[in-house]
Order: sequence, then structure tokens, then C-alpha cells
Amino acid sequence: MPQKLTEQEVRHVAKLGRLRLGDHEVRQMTDKLSAVLDYVSKLNELDVSNVEPMAHAMDMANVLRDDVERPGLSIDLVLANAPEQSPPFIKVPKVIDDGGGA
Amino acid sequence: MDPTQTTLIGLRDAIAARKVSATETVKAYLHRIDRYNPPINAYHEVYDDLALKRAADVDAGNIKGPLAGVPIAAKDNMCTSYGRTTCSSRMLENFRAPYDCTAVKKLEDAGAIILGKTILDEFAMGSSTENSAFGPTRNPWDRDRVPGGSSGGSAAALAADLCAGSLGSDTGGSIRQPAALCGLVGLKPTYGRVSRYGLVAFASSLDQIGPFTRTVADSALLLQVMSGHDPLDSTSADIPVPDYVGELNQPLTGVRIGLAKQYLSDANDPVVAKAIDDAVAAFKKRGATIVEVDLPHTQYGIPTYYIVATAEASSNLARYDGVRYGHRTEHPEDLIDLYSRSRAEGFGPEVKRRIMLGTYVLSSGYYDAYYLRALKVRRLIKGDFDKAFEKCDAVLCPTTTGPAFRFGEKTDNPLEMYLNDVYTVNANLAGIPGVSVPGGFATVNGTKLPIGLQLLGKVFDESRLLRLAAVIEAEAGCSAQRPKL
Repeated sequence: MPQKLTEQEVRHVAKLGRLRLGDHEVRQMTDKLSAVLDYVSKLNELDVSNVEPMAHAMDMANVLRDDVERPGLSIDLVLANAPEQSPPFIKVPKVIDDGGGA
Repeated sequence: MDPTQTTLIGLRDAIAARKVSATETVKAYLHRIDRYNPPINAYHEVYDDLALKRAADVDAGNIKGPLAGVPIAAKDNMCTSYGRTTCSSRMLENFRAPYDCTAVKKLEDAGAIILGKTILDEFAMGSSTENSAFGPTRNPWDRDRVPGGSSGGSAAALAADLCAGSLGSDTGGSIRQPAALCGLVGLKPTYGRVSRYGLVAFASSLDQIGPFTRTVADSALLLQVMSGHDPLDSTSADIPVPDYVGELNQPLTGVRIGLAKQYLSDANDPVVAKAIDDAVAAFKKRGATIVEVDLPHTQYGIPTYYIVATAEASSNLARYDGVRYGHRTEHPEDLIDLYSRSRAEGFGPEVKRRIMLGTYVLSSGYYDAYYLRALKVRRLIKGDFDKAFEKCDAVLCPTTTGPAFRFGEKTDNPLEMYLNDVYTVNANLAGIPGVSVPGGFATVNGTKLPIGLQLLGKVFDESRLLRLAAVIEAEAGCSAQRPKL
């Protein structure tokens, strides 16, 4: 397993996780996550080369149901929790530039 | 009779026999909540009007069922179409769910009355309720101590008689550990026994809803009502539900109880060790055979759990992006800024740490070293149990090493808090059922603090697990004891 976590790595992971962290938080996070990673490296003691990974406790796959139409939630109910809305839409900041090209 | 000082089944029978009305019952509980919830902080929200209205319907005969008129508290990570569902997080402070959690709905369909929603560690991440954004819950046995977590509010609400039974969710011990620390019966069913529909997801391959009750029989009744296949949760098991209540009275013959040295360490409080010895003697007295079993990968449970659970959590919590519901930051610069700042403002420190850890172990370059390896160790842990259950019907062990700890005692070091779950996480990783039963009391500085014993069983063997739990209950004889408030 890799060596100690760096602040740079923490900033990268925060970006992947879409979490804005302040400088102080980055330092704290680096220390605390390093300690946890150090602890979980205990798993390296085991030889798992011939072990199948287990993602789920029960053996089940592809649970299918009949493809029957049924009512979903009403737009009113769905919009009721939206922080900003313009019915029947949810408002978000502009995603695409005005500059054209796309 | 005082409806707040009995068992769930005792109360149910009293209401059915019209010895007390559902309205009197709900009023008595609301009165206690007014008085004791402020110091204990078990409920985040109480539904007085709705509860009284349903009680009137029970009294008028319009609502019937095996739980008619029984007041229940639900953990605030279970969606209800009334009130708020907050997960004790600023992120969902004002979230109103558009649908009902199946487990809660099934209780209501059986006549239960939901009194309110209880405090938890934010998004069920924690073992003390200290990670709640709305203040921690206090242990009714000693208000300077934690009730355990993450379902600490539901445990404390019942321990303080602010409800007749309650619901928790258990991802790594979040029902069993608070049950032990509050002197209650707490059951984590087999993965898939109870639908997870409407339970806000933390770690989907580990989460399971279960009941807190004063007695084993009460636990059987709530499990009975909640269990079964749900078309809305494709991981819920499509197999018949046994008659848990009826089978509780079947005799136990030829039972084999397993003891594993990995769970009987010197770290256990002497009171816990003695409770195990007493339980072993009680099982022997009833003709059970005691066998030694080996669970060699036990010590790898916590590191495996913190990789698997955080990986799943980082993925599940990606939905809180400030767009469709939940907290949204003000004046974002662009969409990425909206996501990143909404999440930074809405989540507390422990949730952020777990999202970071989960994101890291799933990220390119580290996936194999951490996540994939943890999934392989998970299989080794399950293999331990498979082998053990060839030799025994259930494993007897402590739920925790000792009684409730003080506030702040374990908050500085996340690792120390994580180690709290050392005896409980493996059941979630393996998918097997586990139940914590009151095993006695430790006396610390003159204060009585409950401790719990745990039984781990084979998948879908809750019926036998409950019958075994009843043996400990009868032997320990402390289920009727209540804290002095």
C-alpha cells in the first residue's frame, strides 16, 4: 500500500468528492486520514491472492420485475424540496457558455 | 395502569382489552416527552397532533392490527411523508420526504402510532450521537454519558419510556451497541430480512433496519410486522417470514452455543466477562452444549468495515449536491462551486472524513490496494462464520467491551471511536443477524450502567436467535429495570 498521505493528495481527493476544504481542514484531514489509512493497512498482513471479492452479503444478481407502467412522484412533490425552482424545472447556475461552439 | 411503565406487548394487550385507551396512552407518552426530552434530547421532532388523531382512530375502532395504539419512535433517517427527515444533518435540516419508509409503513399498517423521529449521528456515522448536528442524545442511565450510536436517540427514547418501542438502523452495530449501553434488546436482522426502502442509504450492502424493545418477545413482534419481501427494495429477501412470536415458546433442544476466544479478550470489563459466564451456565442448565469456535479474522473486521462502509457512503452521499433537495450554498460561482460549497456547508466533520476516505479508497491507483483487498477480507470474515456455524447454532459474545463512555472521551481520535464497534461490525460484513440483550449492570462511581450480551446467528435464523436471547433475558432478569430520571 502507498506511503503517507500528502496535503496535495487530500486536495485532489476533496476535488473528486466535491468538498470545498479550507487550508486548516486540509491539514487536519491529512493527519486524521493518514492515521486511519495506517490502521487499515493491517489488511496487508493477509494473503488474499486466492480469495474472491465479496461486495454483497447475499448471492443475488439481476433482480427483475415486470416492465409495467406505474405512477411516479408528481412534479409538485419532487419540486417541493428544491432549493431554487422555476416550475416545472429546478434552477441551477449556467452550465454551458454563451460563447457557442457546442 | 400507567401505559408508559409496561412492555410493548403488555401495552398492546391493555389497549386491546380497553384497560387503557390509545388516546390516554399517547397523552401519557407526550407528557413524559414534554418533561424528559429537553434534558435527554432523544427526539428531534414529535408529531403530537398526528399521534393524537391516530389514537382517536384506534379508540374509535377505525385502526386495527397487532400493534393498534402502540406508540413507536423512528430514527430520523427513515423517510416519512409527514414531518422532516433530517438524518441529524444540516444538509437535510428542512427535507420533507415525499414517501414513507416501508418498515415504518408496515408498523403503521399494523396500527402503531409514530410519536416522532429521533436523533442519530449525522447520516448514521458514529457510535455516540456526538456527530448529530442537533446536539447529542444523553444516556438516561447517566446523562454525562453517551447513549451509544448511531441510533442513540431511538435507544434513549425507549430507555426513558418516551415510547413503547423504537426503530434503529444498523450498519456496523448502530442498533446493538446503543441497545447494550441503554439496557435494551436491540436486533439487527439478517441482511435483506427487512426492506431498506425509504431508509436513507449510508452503506447499502451493510444497512439493515431493526427494533429496540424492552423484551425479547416485543422484539419478535416488531420483527414479525416489519419483515418480508418488498418490491421497492430488490435486495429484500423473497422468502417466507416465520412465526417469530409463536416460535418463541418452542423448546430449545440440542442447542450448541459457540464461544470464540477472539471475542473474550482481556479488554472486556469484568462485569461483561462475568455476564458471559452466567449466560454460559444458564445455557448449560437448559441442556445446551458449549463449543469452542475460531473466528480468526475477527481483528480485521474494523479495517475492512471502514473501507467498505466509507466507499459505499462516498458513493451514496454523492446525491447531496445542492441541486434537487437539501442545503444549497448562496451565490455559487458555477455548478462545481455550487456542489463543493453546498456539501462543505451541509456536512459535519465526521461525514466529510468518511466521504474523503471512501473517495480515496475508490480512486484510481488505490482501488485494488484498499477497496478490492477489503472485499476479499470480507469474504474471509464471512468464511469464519460459515465454518463456526457448522459446529454451533449461535455465537455468544459481548456487544461492547464495557458500559457507556463519557461525552468527549473518544471524539479526539476517530480510530478510538471506530474501535467501539469491534464486536459488532463483522455481523454486518457477513450479513448475519445479531441481537444484543441486557446482561447486567456495571457500577461506576455509584451509578448503575447497563451492559449487553450479543448472540450472532445463521442467516435467516432469527427465530432461534430470539429463543436463545430469551434464555439470557430470563437469567439476567434485568429487562424490567428502568433508569431513575
